[in-house]
Amino acid sequence: MATTKLGFIIQRAGYKCENPKLALTHSIASQSVEVYLNDGDLVTADIAFVGDGVLNCLKNQKAMERYGLTSTESHIKNGLLLDLNILVCKEDLEMLGLSEKDIVMDAEEFGADMTTKVVPFADITKMMEQVNHLLFF
Amino acid sequence: MGKLTIGCFSSLVGSMSLDFAVKLAGAAVEKGHKVDFWVSGNATMLSIKGQRAFKDYSALQKPLQELMGKGLTITACEACAEARGYHKDITMEGFKRHSMDWYLASTFDADRVLHIGGE
Repeated sequence: MATTKLGFIIQRAGYKCENPKLALTHSIASQSVEVYLNDGDLVTADIAFVGDGVLNCLKNQKAMERYGLTSTESHIKNGLLLDLNILVCKEDLEMLGLSEKDIVMDAEEFGADMTTKVVPFADITKMMEQVNHLLFF
Repeated sequence: MGKLTIGCFSSLVGSMSLDFAVKLAGAAVEKGHKVDFWVSGNATMLSIKGQRAFKDYSALQKPLQELMGKGLTITACEACAEARGYHKDITMEGFKRHSMDWYLASTFDADRVLHIGGE
């Protein structure tokens, strides 16, 4: 039995490029990875939004209404539902004039217990040190 | 020898990231390492067969087929490919198609994971 920890670092804003959505869909795929592994082996995914990437976390996104696309907000909520550890850089939020009240902090309507964590960059650095592999998006 | 998992999201044409990733995979295979190569997003363009080599565009089908002959495992994200109209019947022989969990599973026992590109 072993666990490989992956850290998904999202640094680009959403919609203009596919990276943030790919990061979220790949990290969510950690929930079904066992089909390829031996019993008891796991791959876990932690997600951190940094830099312009924090803009992906804005709430009340209208991607479905405007473009017929699942919003990045909805993917984040699915991540919370699946108990993924989702971190948002506090300093980068503040740089953009944003705070917890502007972003997706929970997914109660999905039935998720997990919440988004707004943390100093130092905590994101700690997460990056603790994972086996980092993937930058 | 080690195991390298490479993921790339950049398109075949319009970016040199995929060229670099394939060259890197080739160097690792030549050294005897096992390489799993994952393409998703626009990089799934690499999986289409019948690519025509022009001097003005990246042309990776031939080197890729040579690398597959030497043991390179390459897999495209099925959903990313289908979303772009890259169906199974136009996929290069030997190019696998799976869901995203294949990539994550490959990282499980990889010595190094290199995640390259993205527009």
